[in-house]
Amino acid sequence: MKKILFVEDESALQQTFGDFLRQEGYKVVKALDGEAGVKLAKSEKPDLILLDLILPKLNGFEVLEKLKKDPEVKDIPVIILTHLEETKDIQRAIEAGARSYLVKSSYSLSDLLEKVKQVFG
Amino acid sequence: MTEKVFKKTNKPVFYKNHNISLWQRPRIFFLIMGISIIVIILLGYAIGTKLVDEPILVAGVIVGLGLGLLVINIGLTRSFEKIAEANEMKSEFIRIVSHQLRAPISNCRWATEFLISGKLGKAEEKQQKYFNILRENVKRMQELISKLLTVSMIESGKLPLKIEAFPLQNLIQDLILKFRPLAEASGVKVIFTHEPDIPQAVGDSSQTKVVLENLLDNAIRYASLPLKDHEGKVRIHLRAKNDSLYFEIKDNGIGVSESDQKYIFQKFFRGEKVLKYRTQGSGLGLYISKSIIDELGGKIGFSSVPQKGSTFWFTLPIK
Repeated sequence: MKKILFVEDESALQQTFGDFLRQEGYKVVKALDGEAGVKLAKSEKPDLILLDLILPKLNGFEVLEKLKKDPEVKDIPVIILTHLEETKDIQRAIEAGARSYLVKSSYSLSDLLEKVKQVFG
Repeated sequence: MTEKVFKKTNKPVFYKNHNISLWQRPRIFFLIMGISIIVIILLGYAIGTKLVDEPILVAGVIVGLGLGLLVINIGLTRSFEKIAEANEMKSEFIRIVSHQLRAPISNCRWATEFLISGKLGKAEEKQQKYFNILRENVKRMQELISKLLTVSMIESGKLPLKIEAFPLQNLIQDLILKFRPLAEASGVKVIFTHEPDIPQAVGDSSQTKVVLENLLDNAIRYASLPLKDHEGKVRIHLRAKNDSLYFEIKDNGIGVSESDQKYIFQKFFRGEKVLKYRTQGSGLGLYISKSIIDELGGKIGFSSVPQKGSTFWFTLPIK
């Protein structure tokens, strides 16, 4: 069973998308802030990390940078899932090593599921 | 250079977007007025000393007048700046609020989608109806927020554009397919023709798609509005014309009244006729379309005959 770490501070999203992914057969680990995100990435070694950018404690960019510097977790694919849609944010995330960048309002739940499945091949 | 010198509140992009010419911008206006006043003082002194016996008196009067004008000048410039600031704050306000609304609306959208999917238990028909109402209205909110944010990006000069060559006719064909359900539900026939061997357009394909969606949506909706002996028709034609691509979309709907025609590309404008039939609609689509085509180096326009129909067109540069 594939394990997904979902780093997102909005509890409504954690509930909706988390339950949705669990129904599709994935194990979903919750992180409600950036620090928890980094900690759980290291302890749980997920197969995929879904990362919001606006987070308490450490923001998404900082989390991404920390993860990519750590040999234990740097190869875990990271998909950014955010409301921010300016080119400068997209560029910064991709350059920092994110696999893809998804703007929340452009995707339905089933679109997002497709993107997740693409990562697992 | 002017941009660097007068950068503070008076962002050049803000003035360009509101069609405020260079000499009307507060700082520059102040400079021009200041120079005019100094010139007038000097001229006045020069003339006065030649014509009058008491040059000091003349000088005194003129300097007094000059100072008075200077005070008025400062007052005027300050008022212009305040108005400009207020306008800019309006834009900022819309941008901030729209951004904050994205999160709760996304949450509603996904929660509704999950409920409708039946994966949380099959809903009764009565309940399905209300889930569908939720879904439709969340979609409306999302589209409006999207448009408002696009408008604020346009006004702050931050609309992202990726320029590349792309086949416009393919984009049009895909959209016609996407709009088929709406066209059929509205009883409107959509016909697309184009010249053979059409060159590729040069521009941002996703922004062009926004323009096409807007024009096609409008055309279908207008064509469907009740007229005597009416069969709704939308005709789209694409051809090369004078080193550009020329796109034209004709509908046989109620058209735009003469008095409304000059406002049609303005923000939030909705024609009086269309408001009678369709109260939904943000009035932002054409404003956004015009801004995008302008940014891409093309031209956009329309002609309309009330009760007969409208023709909207735009051009795009070619490879």
